[in-house]
Amino acid sequence: MSHSSIDIVSPVAVPRTIRIDGSWVLLALIAIMALLPLVASPYVLLLMLPFVGYSIALFGFNLLFGTTGLLSFGHALFLGVGAYTAAVLTSKFGILSFEIILVAAAVISALVSVVIGGLCVRYTKIFFGMLTLAFGMLFHSFLFKFYAVTGGDQGMRVLRPLLLGMEWRGGKTAFLTGAFYYYALTLFALMGLTMWRITRSPFGLHLRAIRENAPKAAYVGVEVFRMRLAAFVISAVYGGIGGTILAVTTGLADPELAYWTHSGNLVFMAVLGGSGTFVGPAIGALVFVVLQDFVMALTQYWRFVMGAILVCLVIFMPQGLAGTIELLFSRRDREA
Amino acid sequence: MQPQPVATAYAVPLFETINVSKAFGVFKALSDISFSVSDGEFVSIVGPNGAGKTTLVNVVTGLLRPTRGEVRFLGRDIAGIGPVELARLGMSRAFQLVNIFPALTVRETLAVAIASRLRRVSNPFRSLKRDGLLQADAERVAEVLGLRSKLDKVAFTLSQGEKKLLDIASAFALNPTVILLDEPTSGVSTGDKHAIMEVLVAAAKTAGARAIVQVEHDMDLVERYSHRIVALQAGSLLADMAPAAFFADPAMTAAVVGTRPRL
Repeated sequence: MSHSSIDIVSPVAVPRTIRIDGSWVLLALIAIMALLPLVASPYVLLLMLPFVGYSIALFGFNLLFGTTGLLSFGHALFLGVGAYTAAVLTSKFGILSFEIILVAAAVISALVSVVIGGLCVRYTKIFFGMLTLAFGMLFHSFLFKFYAVTGGDQGMRVLRPLLLGMEWRGGKTAFLTGAFYYYALTLFALMGLTMWRITRSPFGLHLRAIRENAPKAAYVGVEVFRMRLAAFVISAVYGGIGGTILAVTTGLADPELAYWTHSGNLVFMAVLGGSGTFVGPAIGALVFVVLQDFVMALTQYWRFVMGAILVCLVIFMPQGLAGTIELLFSRRDREA
Repeated sequence: MQPQPVATAYAVPLFETINVSKAFGVFKALSDISFSVSDGEFVSIVGPNGAGKTTLVNVVTGLLRPTRGEVRFLGRDIAGIGPVELARLGMSRAFQLVNIFPALTVRETLAVAIASRLRRVSNPFRSLKRDGLLQADAERVAEVLGLRSKLDKVAFTLSQGEKKLLDIASAFALNPTVILLDEPTSGVSTGDKHAIMEVLVAAAKTAGARAIVQVEHDMDLVERYSHRIVALQAGSLLADMAPAAFFADPAMTAAVVGTRPRL
Protein backbone atom coordinates (compact mmCIF):
# COMPACT_ATOMS: atom_id res chain seq x y z
CA MET A 1 0.00 0.00 0.00
CA SER A 2 1.30 3.36 -0.93
CA HIS A 3 2.31 5.68 1.91
CA SER A 4 1.24 8.69 -0.10
CA SER A 5 -2.19 8.45 1.50
CA ILE A 6 -0.65 9.52 4.81
CA ASP A 7 -0.47 13.10 3.57
CA ILE A 8 -4.15 13.26 2.71
CA VAL A 9 -6.03 15.22 5.33
CA SER A 10 -8.73 13.03 6.83
CA PRO A 11 -12.08 14.63 7.58
CA VAL A 12 -11.66 14.24 11.32
CA ALA A 13 -13.40 16.92 13.33
CA VAL A 14 -10.84 19.40 14.54
CA PRO A 15 -11.47 20.50 18.13
CA ARG A 16 -12.87 23.98 17.99
CA THR A 17 -10.90 26.67 19.70
CA ILE A 18 -13.10 28.60 22.09
CA ARG A 19 -12.14 32.23 22.19
CA ILE A 20 -13.84 34.60 24.56
CA ASP A 21 -14.49 37.66 22.45
CA GLY A 22 -14.93 40.71 24.67
CA SER A 23 -17.58 42.28 22.44
CA TRP A 24 -19.80 39.16 22.69
CA VAL A 25 -19.47 39.08 26.47
CA LEU A 26 -20.37 42.76 26.53
CA LEU A 27 -23.43 42.17 24.32
CA ALA A 28 -24.48 39.23 26.52
CA LEU A 29 -24.12 41.44 29.60
CA ILE A 30 -26.23 44.15 27.96
CA ALA A 31 -28.92 41.60 27.01
CA ILE A 32 -29.06 40.19 30.55
CA MET A 33 -29.25 43.70 31.99
CA ALA A 34 -32.06 44.59 29.56
CA LEU A 35 -34.09 41.57 30.67
CA LEU A 36 -33.31 41.98 34.37
CA PRO A 37 -36.27 44.31 35.16
CA LEU A 38 -38.60 41.44 34.15
CA VAL A 39 -37.34 39.19 36.94
CA ALA A 40 -35.37 41.22 39.46
CA SER A 41 -36.61 43.19 42.45
CA PRO A 42 -36.25 47.00 42.56
CA TYR A 43 -33.49 46.51 45.15
CA VAL A 44 -31.40 44.50 42.68
CA LEU A 45 -32.09 47.03 39.91
CA LEU A 46 -30.98 49.87 42.18
CA LEU A 47 -27.79 47.92 42.80
CA MET A 48 -27.21 47.69 39.06
CA LEU A 49 -27.07 51.48 38.62
CA PRO A 50 -23.77 51.95 40.51
CA PHE A 51 -22.50 48.96 38.53
CA VAL A 52 -23.33 50.77 35.29
CA GLY A 53 -21.74 54.02 36.52
CA TYR A 54 -18.57 52.28 37.66
CA SER A 55 -18.41 50.15 34.53
CA ILE A 56 -18.46 53.19 32.25
CA ALA A 57 -15.74 54.82 34.37
CA LEU A 58 -13.77 51.57 34.28
CA PHE A 59 -13.95 51.27 30.49
CA GLY A 60 -12.04 54.55 30.49
CA PHE A 61 -9.83 53.69 33.44
CA ASN A 62 -8.75 50.48 31.73
CA LEU A 63 -7.86 52.27 28.50
CA LEU A 64 -5.27 54.00 30.65
CA PHE A 65 -4.30 51.05 32.86
CA GLY A 66 -4.82 47.84 30.88
CA THR A 67 -4.15 49.24 27.40
CA THR A 68 -1.63 52.05 27.93
CA GLY A 69 0.04 50.74 31.10
CA LEU A 70 -0.57 53.83 33.27
CA LEU A 71 -2.04 53.09 36.70
CA SER A 72 -3.93 56.09 38.05
CA PHE A 73 -4.56 56.33 41.78
CA GLY A 74 -6.60 59.49 41.41
CA HIS A 75 -9.20 58.57 38.84
CA ALA A 76 -12.12 59.10 41.23
CA LEU A 77 -11.42 62.80 40.63
CA PHE A 78 -13.31 62.48 37.35
CA LEU A 79 -16.22 60.68 39.01
CA GLY A 80 -16.32 63.77 41.25
CA VAL A 81 -16.17 66.14 38.28
CA GLY A 82 -19.11 64.36 36.64
CA ALA A 83 -21.14 64.22 39.85
CA TYR A 84 -20.57 67.89 40.77
CA THR A 85 -21.31 68.96 37.19
CA ALA A 86 -24.70 67.26 37.54
CA ALA A 87 -25.20 68.84 40.98
CA VAL A 88 -24.25 72.38 39.94
CA LEU A 89 -26.31 72.28 36.72
CA THR A 90 -29.45 70.86 38.37
CA SER A 91 -29.30 72.60 41.77
CA LYS A 92 -27.73 75.97 40.95
CA PHE A 93 -28.61 76.61 37.32
CA GLY A 94 -31.85 74.67 37.05
CA ILE A 95 -30.64 72.82 33.96
CA LEU A 96 -32.36 69.46 34.16
CA SER A 97 -31.71 68.02 30.70
CA PHE A 98 -29.61 64.91 31.30
CA GLU A 99 -28.18 65.15 27.77
CA ILE A 100 -26.83 68.63 28.54
CA ILE A 101 -25.48 67.34 31.86
CA LEU A 102 -23.70 64.47 30.09
CA VAL A 103 -22.16 66.76 27.48
CA ALA A 104 -21.10 69.27 30.15
CA ALA A 105 -19.60 66.50 32.32
CA ALA A 106 -17.69 65.14 29.31
CA VAL A 107 -16.40 68.57 28.26
CA ILE A 108 -15.39 69.66 31.78
CA SER A 109 -13.72 66.31 32.46
CA ALA A 110 -11.82 66.62 29.18
CA LEU A 111 -10.68 70.17 29.98
CA VAL A 112 -9.57 69.23 33.51
CA SER A 113 -7.81 66.13 32.21
CA VAL A 114 -5.86 68.04 29.56
CA VAL A 115 -4.29 70.14 32.31
CA ILE A 116 -3.73 67.30 34.79
CA GLY A 117 -2.79 64.77 32.12
CA GLY A 118 -0.39 67.23 30.50
CA LEU A 119 1.62 67.13 33.72
CA CYS A 120 1.08 63.51 34.75
CA VAL A 121 1.67 61.55 31.54
CA ARG A 122 5.22 62.82 31.31
CA TYR A 123 5.88 60.31 34.08
CA THR A 124 5.18 56.60 34.32
CA LYS A 125 4.83 53.85 36.94
CA ILE A 126 4.84 54.99 40.58
CA PHE A 127 5.53 58.63 39.68
CA PHE A 128 2.43 58.76 37.48
CA GLY A 129 0.42 57.00 40.21
CA MET A 130 1.56 59.41 42.92
CA LEU A 131 0.92 62.48 40.79
CA THR A 132 -2.63 61.38 39.94
CA LEU A 133 -3.18 60.58 43.62
CA ALA A 134 -1.98 64.08 44.54
CA PHE A 135 -4.34 65.73 42.05
CA GLY A 136 -7.19 63.57 43.30
CA MET A 137 -6.51 64.66 46.88
CA LEU A 138 -6.24 68.31 45.83
CA PHE A 139 -9.66 68.10 44.21
CA HIS A 140 -11.11 66.31 47.24
CA SER A 141 -9.74 69.05 49.53
CA PHE A 142 -11.30 71.68 47.28
CA LEU A 143 -14.69 69.93 47.45
CA PHE A 144 -14.36 69.45 51.21
CA LYS A 145 -13.14 72.91 52.21
CA PHE A 146 -14.92 75.29 49.82
CA TYR A 147 -18.20 74.93 51.63
CA ALA A 148 -19.90 77.90 50.00
CA VAL A 149 -19.31 76.56 46.50
CA THR A 150 -19.46 72.80 46.95
CA GLY A 151 -21.47 72.26 50.11
CA GLY A 152 -18.38 70.87 51.90
CA ASP A 153 -18.90 67.56 53.66
CA GLN A 154 -22.66 67.86 53.11
CA GLY A 155 -22.17 67.69 49.36
CA MET A 156 -24.67 69.02 46.83
CA ARG A 157 -28.08 67.74 45.84
CA VAL A 158 -28.56 66.35 42.37
CA LEU A 159 -32.12 66.90 41.22
CA ARG A 160 -33.99 64.40 39.12
CA PRO A 161 -33.03 65.12 35.50
CA LEU A 162 -35.19 65.17 32.39
CA LEU A 163 -34.43 62.24 30.11
CA LEU A 164 -34.72 63.02 26.38
CA GLY A 165 -36.45 66.25 27.41
CA MET A 166 -39.20 64.37 29.21
CA GLU A 167 -40.19 64.63 32.84
CA TRP A 168 -40.68 61.23 34.46
CA ARG A 169 -43.32 61.14 37.17
CA GLY A 170 -43.56 58.68 40.05
CA GLY A 171 -41.40 57.97 43.06
CA LYS A 172 -37.63 58.02 43.07
CA THR A 173 -37.32 54.23 42.98
CA ALA A 174 -39.76 53.97 40.07
CA PHE A 175 -37.74 56.58 38.14
CA LEU A 176 -34.40 54.95 38.87
CA THR A 177 -35.51 51.39 38.17
CA GLY A 178 -37.56 52.40 35.16
CA ALA A 179 -36.62 55.09 32.68
CA PHE A 180 -33.25 55.93 34.21
CA TYR A 181 -32.23 52.27 34.37
CA TYR A 182 -32.76 51.85 30.62
CA TYR A 183 -31.17 55.20 29.87
CA ALA A 184 -28.08 54.26 31.88
CA LEU A 185 -28.00 50.83 30.25
CA THR A 186 -28.13 52.43 26.77
CA LEU A 187 -25.23 54.68 27.76
CA PHE A 188 -23.35 51.63 29.07
CA ALA A 189 -23.88 49.86 25.73
CA LEU A 190 -22.84 52.87 23.64
CA MET A 191 -19.81 53.72 25.75
CA GLY A 192 -18.76 50.06 25.96
CA LEU A 193 -19.02 49.43 22.21
CA THR A 194 -17.25 52.73 21.48
CA MET A 195 -14.40 51.69 23.77
CA TRP A 196 -14.31 48.30 22.07
CA ARG A 197 -13.82 50.09 18.76
CA ILE A 198 -11.16 52.39 20.20
CA THR A 199 -9.10 49.52 21.60
CA ARG A 200 -9.28 47.71 18.22
CA SER A 201 -8.12 50.72 16.18
CA PRO A 202 -4.58 51.70 15.09
CA PHE A 203 -4.83 54.30 17.89
CA GLY A 204 -5.47 51.49 20.42
CA LEU A 205 -2.60 49.52 18.91
CA HIS A 206 -0.25 52.46 19.47
CA LEU A 207 -1.39 52.63 23.10
CA ARG A 208 -0.60 48.92 23.51
CA ALA A 209 2.80 49.45 21.91
CA ILE A 210 3.49 52.23 24.44
CA ARG A 211 2.50 49.90 27.29
CA GLU A 212 4.84 47.21 25.98
CA ASN A 213 7.91 49.28 25.17
CA ALA A 214 7.61 53.07 24.98
CA PRO A 215 11.20 53.85 23.81
CA LYS A 216 10.91 51.32 20.98
CA ALA A 217 7.45 52.68 20.11
CA ALA A 218 8.91 56.17 19.69
CA TYR A 219 11.46 54.81 17.18
CA VAL A 220 8.68 53.44 15.00
CA GLY A 221 6.93 56.80 14.96
CA VAL A 222 4.54 56.51 17.94
CA GLU A 223 3.94 59.90 19.53
CA VAL A 224 4.20 58.63 23.08
CA PHE A 225 3.26 61.81 24.96
CA ARG A 226 0.32 62.72 22.71
CA MET A 227 -1.04 59.18 22.73
CA ARG A 228 -0.79 58.92 26.51
CA LEU A 229 -2.48 62.30 26.90
CA ALA A 230 -5.25 61.28 24.49
CA ALA A 231 -5.81 58.08 26.50
CA PHE A 232 -5.91 60.13 29.71
CA VAL A 233 -8.48 62.54 28.29
CA ILE A 234 -10.70 59.74 26.92
CA SER A 235 -10.53 57.93 30.25
CA ALA A 236 -11.45 61.16 32.06
CA VAL A 237 -14.51 61.65 29.81
CA TYR A 238 -15.64 58.13 30.65
CA GLY A 239 -15.02 58.87 34.34
CA GLY A 240 -17.08 62.07 34.17
CA ILE A 241 -20.03 60.32 32.52
CA GLY A 242 -19.84 57.46 35.02
CA GLY A 243 -19.86 60.07 37.79
CA THR A 244 -23.10 61.66 36.58
CA ILE A 245 -24.87 58.26 36.71
CA LEU A 246 -23.60 57.64 40.24
CA ALA A 247 -24.72 61.12 41.31
CA VAL A 248 -28.23 60.80 39.85
CA THR A 249 -28.57 57.36 41.47
CA THR A 250 -27.78 58.66 44.97
CA GLY A 251 -29.22 62.14 44.36
CA LEU A 252 -26.08 63.59 45.88
CA ALA A 253 -22.62 64.77 44.82
CA ASP A 254 -20.41 63.98 47.77
CA PRO A 255 -16.69 64.76 48.33
CA GLU A 256 -16.18 61.07 49.17
CA LEU A 257 -16.71 60.36 45.46
CA ALA A 258 -13.34 61.98 44.76
CA TYR A 259 -11.55 60.60 47.82
CA TRP A 260 -8.47 58.46 47.28
CA THR A 261 -10.16 55.33 48.67
CA HIS A 262 -12.69 55.62 45.89
CA SER A 263 -9.85 55.71 43.37
CA GLY A 264 -8.57 52.61 45.15
CA ASN A 265 -11.96 50.98 44.63
CA LEU A 266 -11.65 51.57 40.88
CA VAL A 267 -8.25 49.86 40.91
CA PHE A 268 -9.76 47.04 43.00
CA MET A 269 -12.59 46.53 40.50
CA ALA A 270 -10.21 46.50 37.52
CA VAL A 271 -7.89 43.97 39.23
CA LEU A 272 -10.86 41.90 40.45
CA GLY A 273 -12.31 41.54 36.95
CA GLY A 274 -9.01 41.42 35.11
CA SER A 275 -7.45 44.49 33.58
CA GLY A 276 -5.91 42.40 30.79
CA THR A 277 -9.33 41.72 29.26
CA PHE A 278 -11.86 44.10 27.74
CA VAL A 279 -14.89 43.24 29.86
CA GLY A 280 -12.89 42.26 32.95
CA PRO A 281 -13.21 45.64 34.69
CA ALA A 282 -16.98 45.72 34.06
CA ILE A 283 -17.30 42.23 35.54
CA GLY A 284 -15.09 43.44 38.41
CA ALA A 285 -17.49 46.33 38.99
CA LEU A 286 -20.48 43.98 39.05
CA VAL A 287 -18.85 41.56 41.48
CA PHE A 288 -17.56 44.42 43.65
CA VAL A 289 -20.94 46.14 43.93
CA VAL A 290 -22.80 42.89 44.72
CA LEU A 291 -20.07 41.63 47.06
CA GLN A 292 -19.81 44.91 48.93
CA ASP A 293 -23.59 45.00 49.40
CA PHE A 294 -23.59 41.39 50.61
CA VAL A 295 -20.63 41.74 52.98
CA MET A 296 -21.87 45.08 54.37
CA ALA A 297 -25.14 43.36 55.31
CA LEU A 298 -23.23 40.65 57.13
CA THR A 299 -20.64 42.55 59.13
CA GLN A 300 -19.50 46.02 60.07
CA TYR A 301 -15.93 44.87 59.32
CA TRP A 302 -16.71 44.67 55.63
CA ARG A 303 -13.56 46.59 54.68
CA PHE A 304 -11.49 43.88 56.33
CA VAL A 305 -13.26 41.19 54.31
CA MET A 306 -12.90 43.14 51.05
CA GLY A 307 -9.20 43.67 51.78
CA ALA A 308 -8.71 39.96 52.42
CA ILE A 309 -10.45 39.16 49.13
CA LEU A 310 -8.12 41.56 47.30
CA VAL A 311 -5.05 39.92 48.90
CA CYS A 312 -6.24 36.44 47.88
CA LEU A 313 -7.08 37.68 44.40
CA VAL A 314 -3.65 39.17 43.75
CA ILE A 315 -1.91 36.04 45.05
CA PHE A 316 -4.08 33.31 43.53
CA MET A 317 -5.75 34.97 40.53
CA PRO A 318 -3.47 37.76 39.31
CA GLN A 319 -5.30 37.82 35.95
CA GLY A 320 -8.59 38.57 37.71
CA LEU A 321 -11.89 36.76 37.18
CA ALA A 322 -12.22 37.26 33.42
CA GLY A 323 -8.50 36.69 32.89
CA THR A 324 -8.60 33.43 34.83
CA ILE A 325 -11.64 32.17 32.89
CA GLU A 326 -9.86 32.99 29.63
CA LEU A 327 -6.74 31.19 30.87
CA LEU A 328 -8.75 28.10 31.81
CA PHE A 329 -10.38 28.02 28.37
CA SER A 330 -7.05 28.37 26.57
CA ARG A 331 -5.54 25.56 28.71
CA ARG A 332 -8.48 23.32 27.90
CA ASP A 333 -8.05 24.11 24.21
CA ARG A 334 -4.36 23.26 24.33
CA GLU A 335 -5.09 19.95 26.06
CA ALA A 336 -7.78 19.17 23.48
CA MET B 1 33.35 40.10 -4.32
CA GLN B 2 32.44 43.77 -4.39
CA PRO B 3 29.11 44.38 -2.58
CA GLN B 4 26.27 45.68 -4.71
CA PRO B 5 25.03 49.19 -3.91
CA VAL B 6 21.88 49.36 -1.78
CA ALA B 7 20.35 51.78 -4.29
CA THR B 8 21.42 53.89 -7.27
CA ALA B 9 24.32 56.02 -6.05
CA TYR B 10 24.35 59.83 -6.15
CA ALA B 11 27.06 62.18 -4.99
CA VAL B 12 24.94 64.15 -2.51
CA PRO B 13 25.27 62.83 1.08
CA LEU B 14 22.04 61.62 2.64
CA PHE B 15 23.30 62.42 6.06
CA GLU B 16 26.47 63.71 7.60
CA THR B 17 27.95 64.51 10.96
CA ILE B 18 30.07 67.65 11.11
CA ASN B 19 32.60 67.90 13.96
CA VAL B 20 30.27 66.07 16.34
CA SER B 21 31.43 65.82 19.94
CA LYS B 22 29.59 64.31 22.87
CA ALA B 23 30.69 64.54 26.50
CA PHE B 24 29.13 62.97 29.59
CA GLY B 25 30.44 65.25 32.35
CA VAL B 26 34.23 65.21 32.01
CA PHE B 27 34.20 62.03 29.90
CA LYS B 28 34.48 62.73 26.17
CA ALA B 29 32.64 59.93 24.39
CA LEU B 30 33.02 61.46 20.91
CA SER B 31 35.52 64.04 19.65
CA ASP B 32 35.09 65.91 16.36
CA ILE B 33 33.54 63.10 14.34
CA SER B 34 32.84 64.00 10.73
CA PHE B 35 31.59 61.48 8.23
CA SER B 36 28.87 61.24 5.63
CA VAL B 37 26.69 58.60 4.03
CA SER B 38 25.61 58.86 0.42
CA ASP B 39 22.92 57.23 -1.65
CA GLY B 40 23.40 53.52 -2.26
CA GLU B 41 26.01 53.06 0.43
CA PHE B 42 26.34 50.35 3.06
CA VAL B 43 28.55 51.87 5.74
CA SER B 44 29.93 49.95 8.71
CA ILE B 45 30.96 51.70 11.91
CA VAL B 46 33.60 49.62 13.66
CA GLY B 47 35.79 49.99 16.70
CA PRO B 48 36.73 48.23 19.93
CA ASN B 49 34.37 48.25 22.92
CA GLY B 50 34.08 51.76 24.36
CA ALA B 51 35.14 53.43 21.11
CA GLY B 52 31.87 55.40 20.98
CA LYS B 53 30.00 53.51 18.24
CA THR B 54 26.66 53.28 20.01
CA THR B 55 26.99 56.86 21.29
CA LEU B 56 27.52 57.96 17.68
CA VAL B 57 24.40 56.08 16.56
CA ASN B 58 22.45 57.59 19.49
CA VAL B 59 23.58 61.07 18.45
CA VAL B 60 22.79 60.44 14.79
CA THR B 61 19.32 59.09 15.62
CA GLY B 62 18.46 62.03 17.84
CA LEU B 63 18.43 60.12 21.12
CA LEU B 64 21.34 62.21 22.37
CA ARG B 65 22.02 65.83 21.54
CA PRO B 66 25.66 66.40 20.58
CA THR B 67 27.66 68.65 22.90
CA ARG B 68 29.09 70.27 19.79
CA GLY B 69 28.72 69.90 16.03
CA GLU B 70 25.93 69.23 13.59
CA VAL B 71 24.06 66.19 12.35
CA ARG B 72 22.41 66.79 8.98
CA PHE B 73 19.89 64.50 7.29
CA LEU B 74 18.69 65.39 3.80
CA GLY B 75 20.18 68.83 4.31
CA ARG B 76 18.39 69.49 7.60
CA ASP B 77 19.97 69.80 11.06
CA ILE B 78 18.49 66.92 13.05
CA ALA B 79 20.57 67.15 16.22
CA GLY B 80 18.37 66.03 19.14
CA ILE B 81 15.09 66.14 17.19
CA GLY B 82 13.93 62.93 18.82
CA PRO B 83 12.99 59.54 17.45
CA VAL B 84 9.42 60.28 16.32
CA GLU B 85 10.38 63.19 14.07
CA LEU B 86 13.36 61.22 12.84
CA ALA B 87 11.14 58.30 11.84
CA ARG B 88 8.85 60.75 10.05
CA LEU B 89 11.79 62.21 8.14
CA GLY B 90 12.81 58.74 6.98
CA MET B 91 15.50 57.41 9.29
CA SER B 92 14.81 54.28 11.30
CA ARG B 93 16.82 52.25 13.71
CA ALA B 94 17.16 48.71 15.03
CA PHE B 95 18.82 48.14 18.38
CA GLN B 96 21.80 46.15 19.62
CA LEU B 97 19.72 44.30 22.21
CA VAL B 98 16.45 42.74 21.08
CA ASN B 99 13.84 45.48 21.39
CA ILE B 100 10.31 44.29 20.72
CA PHE B 101 6.74 44.62 22.00
CA PRO B 102 6.59 41.31 23.89
CA ALA B 103 2.79 40.87 24.07
CA LEU B 104 2.03 41.99 20.50
CA THR B 105 1.94 39.58 17.58
CA VAL B 106 4.34 39.93 14.64
CA ARG B 107 1.47 41.38 12.57
CA GLU B 108 0.64 43.94 15.27
CA THR B 109 4.30 44.87 15.76
CA LEU B 110 4.64 45.66 12.07
CA ALA B 111 1.24 47.41 12.05
CA VAL B 112 2.46 49.82 14.75
CA ALA B 113 5.14 51.16 12.40
CA ILE B 114 2.93 51.06 9.32
CA ALA B 115 0.10 52.90 11.11
CA SER B 116 2.63 55.63 11.99
CA ARG B 117 3.81 55.88 8.40
CA LEU B 118 0.30 55.88 6.92
CA ARG B 119 -0.90 58.28 9.65
CA ARG B 120 -3.74 56.04 10.67
CA VAL B 121 -3.95 56.99 14.36
CA SER B 122 -5.74 60.33 14.26
CA ASN B 123 -9.12 58.57 14.05
CA PRO B 124 -9.59 56.34 17.13
CA PHE B 125 -12.66 54.69 15.58
CA ARG B 126 -10.90 53.31 12.49
CA SER B 127 -10.83 49.52 12.39
CA LEU B 128 -7.37 48.01 12.47
CA LYS B 129 -8.53 44.63 11.24
CA ARG B 130 -10.43 46.00 8.23
CA ASP B 131 -7.64 48.32 7.07
CA GLY B 132 -6.68 46.39 3.94
CA LEU B 133 -3.72 48.57 2.98
CA LEU B 134 -2.21 48.37 6.46
CA GLN B 135 -2.70 44.62 6.74
CA ALA B 136 -1.31 43.98 3.25
CA ASP B 137 1.73 46.10 4.03
CA ALA B 138 2.35 44.17 7.26
CA GLU B 139 2.22 40.92 5.29
CA ARG B 140 4.58 42.31 2.64
CA VAL B 141 7.20 43.35 5.22
CA ALA B 142 6.87 40.02 7.04
CA GLU B 143 7.34 38.20 3.72
CA VAL B 144 10.52 40.12 2.89
CA LEU B 145 12.00 39.52 6.35
CA GLY B 146 11.04 35.83 6.37
CA LEU B 147 8.44 36.20 9.10
CA ARG B 148 5.33 35.47 7.04
CA SER B 149 4.60 32.16 8.77
CA LYS B 150 4.95 33.82 12.18
CA LEU B 151 2.52 36.69 11.55
CA ASP B 152 0.08 35.66 14.27
CA LYS B 153 2.68 34.54 16.80
CA VAL B 154 3.10 36.62 19.93
CA ALA B 155 6.53 38.27 19.88
CA PHE B 156 7.83 36.85 23.17
CA THR B 157 7.27 33.29 21.93
CA LEU B 158 9.67 33.75 18.98
CA SER B 159 13.24 32.44 18.95
CA GLN B 160 16.08 34.88 19.64
CA GLY B 161 16.95 35.13 15.93
CA GLU B 162 13.31 35.74 14.99
CA LYS B 163 12.99 38.44 17.65
CA LYS B 164 16.05 40.13 16.19
CA LEU B 165 14.51 39.95 12.72
CA LEU B 166 11.23 41.32 14.05
CA ASP B 167 13.04 44.27 15.61
CA ILE B 168 14.70 44.96 12.25
CA ALA B 169 11.45 44.32 10.35
CA SER B 170 9.62 46.98 12.36
CA ALA B 171 12.35 49.46 11.38
CA PHE B 172 11.92 48.46 7.72
CA ALA B 173 8.14 48.78 8.01
CA LEU B 174 8.64 52.56 8.15
CA ASN B 175 9.99 52.42 4.55
CA PRO B 176 13.01 54.42 5.70
CA THR B 177 15.40 56.38 3.52
CA VAL B 178 18.28 55.40 5.78
CA ILE B 179 18.32 52.53 8.24
CA LEU B 180 20.74 52.31 11.16
CA LEU B 181 21.40 48.87 12.55
CA ASP B 182 23.23 48.53 15.84
CA GLU B 183 24.91 45.10 15.71
CA PRO B 184 22.14 43.46 13.67
CA THR B 185 23.59 39.98 14.16
CA SER B 186 24.49 40.15 17.86
CA GLY B 187 23.12 37.22 19.81
CA VAL B 188 22.58 35.27 16.58
CA SER B 189 24.44 32.01 15.84
CA THR B 190 27.41 32.28 13.47
CA GLY B 191 25.61 30.12 10.92
CA ASP B 192 22.63 32.48 10.80
CA LYS B 193 24.61 35.73 10.53
CA HIS B 194 25.14 35.69 6.77
CA ALA B 195 21.53 34.63 6.19
CA ILE B 196 20.32 37.61 8.24
CA MET B 197 22.61 39.98 6.36
CA GLU B 198 21.35 38.71 3.01
CA VAL B 199 17.78 39.23 4.19
CA LEU B 200 18.66 42.74 5.38
CA VAL B 201 20.19 43.84 2.09
CA ALA B 202 17.28 42.37 0.12
CA ALA B 203 14.79 44.02 2.49
CA ALA B 204 16.54 47.39 2.11
CA LYS B 205 16.17 47.18 -1.65
CA THR B 206 12.52 46.14 -1.42
CA ALA B 207 11.68 48.83 1.14
CA GLY B 208 13.37 51.48 -0.97
CA ALA B 209 16.04 52.29 1.62
CA ARG B 210 18.75 54.44 0.06
CA ALA B 211 21.50 53.57 2.53
CA ILE B 212 22.31 51.24 5.39
CA VAL B 213 24.57 52.13 8.30
CA GLN B 214 25.50 49.36 10.70
CA VAL B 215 27.58 49.03 13.83
CA GLU B 216 29.24 45.62 13.66
CA HIS B 217 31.97 43.65 15.41
CA ASP B 218 32.09 40.73 13.00
CA MET B 219 34.85 41.68 10.55
CA ASP B 220 33.84 38.97 8.05
CA LEU B 221 30.43 40.60 7.70
CA VAL B 222 31.94 44.08 7.59
CA GLU B 223 34.34 43.10 4.80
CA ARG B 224 31.72 41.26 2.77
CA TYR B 225 28.85 43.75 2.88
CA SER B 226 30.30 47.24 3.38
CA HIS B 227 31.13 49.84 0.76
CA ARG B 228 32.90 51.93 3.35
CA ILE B 229 34.22 51.54 6.89
CA VAL B 230 34.17 54.26 9.53
CA ALA B 231 36.49 53.21 12.35
CA LEU B 232 36.42 54.79 15.79
CA GLN B 233 38.96 54.60 18.55
CA ALA B 234 38.51 56.16 21.99
CA GLY B 235 35.83 58.49 20.66
CA SER B 236 37.88 59.77 17.72
CA LEU B 237 37.69 59.00 14.03
CA LEU B 238 40.44 56.55 13.19
CA ALA B 239 39.60 55.89 9.56
CA ASP B 240 36.98 56.43 6.87
CA MET B 241 37.92 54.23 3.94
CA ALA B 242 36.99 51.40 1.59
CA PRO B 243 37.09 47.87 3.04
CA ALA B 244 39.94 46.78 0.77
CA ALA B 245 42.19 49.58 2.02
CA PHE B 246 41.10 49.07 5.62
CA PHE B 247 41.85 45.35 5.72
CA ALA B 248 45.10 45.81 3.82
CA ASP B 249 46.42 47.99 6.65
CA PRO B 250 47.50 45.84 9.64
CA ALA B 251 47.51 48.92 11.89
CA MET B 252 43.79 49.40 11.27
CA THR B 253 42.76 45.84 12.03
CA ALA B 254 45.07 45.81 15.04
CA ALA B 255 43.40 48.96 16.40
CA VAL B 256 39.91 47.61 15.89
CA VAL B 257 40.24 43.87 16.43
CA GLY B 258 43.54 43.66 18.30
CA THR B 259 46.65 41.60 17.48
CA ARG B 260 47.20 37.90 17.92
CA PRO B 261 49.36 37.39 21.03
CA ARG B 262 52.77 35.85 20.38
CA LEU B 263 53.11 32.39 21.94
